[in-house]
Amino acid sequence: MPEFCGIALGHPVVNASGTYDAIAARRVFGDALFADFPFSAFVSKTITPRPRAGNSPQRIWETPAGMINSIGLPNKGLEGFLAEDLPQLAELPVPLIVSAMATDREQFSRMVEALGKREEIAAIELNVSCPNVESGLIVGEQPGETEALLEALRPLTAKPLIVKLTPNVADPGAVAAAAERGGADAVSLINTLKASAIDPHSSAPALAAGHGGLSGPAVRPIALQQLRTVDAAVGIPTIGMGGIASGADASEFLAAGASLVAVGTENFRDPRAGSRVAEELTSTASQRPAPTPVLDLE
Amino acid sequence: MEGHPLPRPGVAGPAPFGRRRCEVSANRASDGYRVFSLLDREGPEPRPGQFYMLATAAHWPGPGERPFLPRAISVAETAPAADGVRLDFLIEGVGPGTDRLCGLVPGEDVWVVGPLGNAFAEPREVNGDAAGAILVGGGIGVAPLALLRRSFGERGVPLRVLLGFRNREHSGGLELFCGSGGDLCPEVRLASEDGHRGHRGYVTDLLATMLAGDDATSAVVYSCGPPAMLEAVRSLCAERGVTCELALESPMACGFGACFGCAVPKPDGTYMRLCVDGPVVRGEQVAEVTHA
Repeated sequence: MPEFCGIALGHPVVNASGTYDAIAARRVFGDALFADFPFSAFVSKTITPRPRAGNSPQRIWETPAGMINSIGLPNKGLEGFLAEDLPQLAELPVPLIVSAMATDREQFSRMVEALGKREEIAAIELNVSCPNVESGLIVGEQPGETEALLEALRPLTAKPLIVKLTPNVADPGAVAAAAERGGADAVSLINTLKASAIDPHSSAPALAAGHGGLSGPAVRPIALQQLRTVDAAVGIPTIGMGGIASGADASEFLAAGASLVAVGTENFRDPRAGSRVAEELTSTASQRPAPTPVLDLE
Repeated sequence: MEGHPLPRPGVAGPAPFGRRRCEVSANRASDGYRVFSLLDREGPEPRPGQFYMLATAAHWPGPGERPFLPRAISVAETAPAADGVRLDFLIEGVGPGTDRLCGLVPGEDVWVVGPLGNAFAEPREVNGDAAGAILVGGGIGVAPLALLRRSFGERGVPLRVLLGFRNREHSGGLELFCGSGGDLCPEVRLASEDGHRGHRGYVTDLLATMLAGDDATSAVVYSCGPPAMLEAVRSLCAERGVTCELALESPMACGFGACFGCAVPKPDGTYMRLCVDGPVVRGEQVAEVTHA
């Protein structure tokens, strides 16, 4: 039984933020979802201080062994989340980790204080892949910004704070170390890689936002290397993710130092992927990793 | 009329949780399209308008690492089978995913999630004054209307069916609108842009004529097809005060509300997720049907 920041978990597989809506999935699949919940902890989609509609379509584009998304963080805002979603997420059979983002420290502080007061929430993941409107810099791309944000948030809650690292930096280890210095309990990585696609029919950018984030098995070797770099730079636990689609994939991330792994894009292909990865991890724990089905070209 | 009683809307249970393997039992040409059948041993019977996420168990992805994501495909017909439910899908190869599905071989397995999404409602549920139904399909969008036509026919809903195609290469599925004798059902009228069959022109020409009648508001229009056709249907119905239900399409990675990719703009500037809020929407729920 893995323990993560003092939280006891049934297995080491959680979901990547933004890749599973447990409330919508329960409407679709009924109570079977909760009876056979695929993750040992559930990470919510990122919530922001105020409601967001999200980006204009087109929002997703398939790429070789992956996809690019520019969803734009649609969510009900902090108040809507607390009033409407949290009571439903509290019924989940596993601990709840809430992902939060804000564009200035005051708003971020308000969110962490509000979320920190709720018993239904086991931990808070900080999505720092956003600009600080005061400096204009992407927080997660700057060790100084990241450390200062954590120093501001750390005193506001006793709950574990997990920093979701962006891979779009030259030295993710430096950002991770700054998060640790600021008081983070763990880091999770990788977020999506900045990416573009051109629609062959229009010769224009395929996504309405012009660019988005790449995920799926295509990014897995990059994610593994970033995990190794970060794991060497910090003493706090890491949640590794990036293209994990099988137990064999997950075992690579665990071998590279991750305490937990997260399944993201594979959830779209298999709603029960989290359980499958956890089962494959158990059954193949003593065996040599097999080639992943996703990349098997036969 | 062939077929069997369909379950009443709302009676069918939720989709089984997770993906399951279903064996391909047939795959045949239908003019420029193909019709393939799966044997589903676990799922409930789908309702007209619902869809499945499909991906082959082998070679998905194939060379070039695509297709990667499963494809959302509307069910065109269903029937009880020994030890399960037969699901028929009408498909046109327009990219790596649909090309792979066109090449399905009987005996191979397909990963299936579903049935997903909502379904078309009966005319009186949509509009208390409406008694009849006008079905308007274009191209590959005729697929969900085949199951809808049979469902309404078996419940005694008076109906007219208008189907349009670009040309012979981009047409198919008409046998899904045939009676037991193999002839096109008498309530079906055709249009083709190249004039190879039926009215030369758009299927919406036929709809405009039909809606010009005094009793137009006693019907509900049900439509599926390319975005430009759906927008023409939506605006025609809005002008004539006729209620319509449109089955839309949008890029979809998951089909169960997880990815937020299938956003469709609502009149208030927010978005719906077509997989869980659709794919069937009322005309007034969307500001304009745009190309996704």
